[in-house]
Amino acid sequence: MTKLMTDDTIIDRQRGTGSRTTFWLGVVGLVGAIALVFLGFFVAPPDDFQKDAVRMIFIHVPMAILTYVAFSLTAIGSVAWLWKRSIWWDTVAHGAAEVGVMFSGLTLFTGSIWGRITWGTYWDWGDVRLVTTLILFLIMVGYLAVRSFDGDEAVNATRAAVIGLIGAANMPVVNRSVTWWSSRRTLHQKSSLVNGKIEGLTLFTLMFALVVFSIIMLWMLIHRFRISWLERQVSEGDLSEALTARRAEARAGMDRETEENK
Amino acid sequence: MPRGSDVGPAVSTDSVPGVCVVRLNAVVALLGRFPALAGVDLDISAGEVVLVQGPNGAGKSSLLRLCAGLLRPESGRAEVFGLDLATARSAVRRRVGLLGHDTALYDELTVEENLNFWAAASRVDRSAAVPALDRLGVSHRLHDVVVSKLSAGQRRRVAIAAVVMRRPELWLLDEPHAGLDQSGRDLVDELVIDAAAAGATVIMASHELDRTLDLAGRTVVVAGGMVVADRVQSGEGGIHAH
Amino acid sequence: MLTDARLVAAKDLRIELRSRVTVSQVVPFAGLVLVLFGFALDANRPTLDLATSGLFWVTVLFVAIMAVQRSTAVETTDGARRALLLAGVEPGAVFIGKAVAVAVQLLTVEVVLVGGIVVFYGASIEEPFLLASTCLVATIGIAATGTLLGALVAGVRARETVLPILMLPVLAPVLLGATRAFDDALGSVAVNGWSWLAMLTGFTAINIALGVLAYGVLLEET
Repeated sequence: MTKLMTDDTIIDRQRGTGSRTTFWLGVVGLVGAIALVFLGFFVAPPDDFQKDAVRMIFIHVPMAILTYVAFSLTAIGSVAWLWKRSIWWDTVAHGAAEVGVMFSGLTLFTGSIWGRITWGTYWDWGDVRLVTTLILFLIMVGYLAVRSFDGDEAVNATRAAVIGLIGAANMPVVNRSVTWWSSRRTLHQKSSLVNGKIEGLTLFTLMFALVVFSIIMLWMLIHRFRISWLERQVSEGDLSEALTARRAEARAGMDRETEENK
Repeated sequence: MPRGSDVGPAVSTDSVPGVCVVRLNAVVALLGRFPALAGVDLDISAGEVVLVQGPNGAGKSSLLRLCAGLLRPESGRAEVFGLDLATARSAVRRRVGLLGHDTALYDELTVEENLNFWAAASRVDRSAAVPALDRLGVSHRLHDVVVSKLSAGQRRRVAIAAVVMRRPELWLLDEPHAGLDQSGRDLVDELVIDAAAAGATVIMASHELDRTLDLAGRTVVVAGGMVVADRVQSGEGGIHAH
Repeated sequence: MLTDARLVAAKDLRIELRSRVTVSQVVPFAGLVLVLFGFALDANRPTLDLATSGLFWVTVLFVAIMAVQRSTAVETTDGARRALLLAGVEPGAVFIGKAVAVAVQLLTVEVVLVGGIVVFYGASIEEPFLLASTCLVATIGIAATGTLLGALVAGVRARETVLPILMLPVLAPVLLGATRAFDDALGSVAVNGWSWLAMLTGFTAINIALGVLAYGVLLEET
């Protein structure tokens, strides 16, 4: 995996962040997305109760699942940075947080549209998963805000990693509290995947959607990772330049000294 | 009482003359992305009084902070008391006294409360506070005054007293004369002389050359984050290459 | 470690007492917020009854942000953070000491606020023990989380705005839990306040552990 992402032959400033792997991932993702549109709109049958609105499931559910995958990556990366100073993992954590914020934003957005159609309301405070996702989304927005502080990048990485850690450690409590809090009035359907009410073509399309969005997420993560990697190379270039400039300053100082002591 | 016994290091196991207290080899240290130290080579032996001199932004303060164990060496080899600054910074910190630009005093607390706090925090006996204040000429009448009501010079004296109280093995003084009146400056000079006499090592950064040149046995000139000259003063003020 | 924590807590509380910010500014502010909520809800008794616990804890969160900001500023204004490192104080002890000091301030404000909701909102305290335990546990959790995040934004230019952005989402479970437990203690809504208190205890334990672990890293690096 490390090699896949940082191989010199793959990362090349002139060619950008693409490689053969990401090219084919992108192609598969794109073709998959087109196929998903077709499957979702025309092949999968409408629901008995929700009618066509059920098609929202093909976006909403994969987005929600991948949000948690992304934030798990951020949490793991945060620990790896704090513990082992792993720059690789820190870069993964940052990229995953960005992708995660986007996916959780989309989860909330599609969720509220879906809610409007089926429950008649955009937002339902009684919904455990939506509210939990909202809190997670807000914590991770904070994570990205900390990332953008000016100053030392390593310091910001540490600050962000602590937030990643706080977010991950508090997630069970957040989920528990929201569950109890909303238990009296939830509108959200029980996870349709688990209770086996979804079957046949709808289930197939949903699984297909999950695979397609996973591929797209992987594609984004790899590109994002490589952008960070290039940025790091540039800033390391800056550092060696800065060091050279600083040493030139020292040389001038040395000349001045010898001059004075003649 | 022998000279300097009240300011000398509490523990002086490593302060045998000739033993290297500071040993820096091609040390690079960053402030953010800026290479404040760009490859410093410097050896300082126990008991030396070293003046660090150089223009603003040359890296004087960073050098002192590095020796205090507050700055992580990015590359190169850095040791203080034989302890590696890459890994054992916290062990170094307890044994040094750093006087920086900040005074590290709490505005709302009185002089005495501040010193008592820092004494307890540094595991120093409380009874060391009053003699340290006396040493800096802070009158007893000021002990119960909150620090925010002090003049800048008085505040500075209290901050120096907080360093004295710790009886460090290595004194790191960043512009110790700044903000002090004539008598305060004289007190600082005495302090440096006594500390060195008692076996401590002193490194000070200063612009006040006429004062500090006489005090220091050695001058290190810093520019561009590197040591560009290193001179030992002889008794008559003549300068020889080191 | 506990000696150091006590030292830091005593120092912070002494500073706080001396500056009188809690008494002269924070308590009046909290009272004012309570009164304003009363105006906003049009002094509608049934609505107020239902909303009392929530308003109480929202006010506490506001006050907590202010307290954490001051607690952090004490160490940053004159380089005391660096001096704490040089003194060799255990960072975990600094964390605990500062969190305790913040918690004590918050509890003081809460005593006044409880008086406020009884007087202005007509709340009646059915279960004083549950009420007191909730205040204690939730407040320690808020103080611990806030102290850690305060150290996280120390030295950042936009810290006044960033701190609430970081603090409030993490504290969401406290708002939910403490509000429900209060509902029970005030007898306004029939819920099991004790199980909420258990949840709050979990939250508080997790965040104290995180603080003890992570505070040193932040003190060291920022």
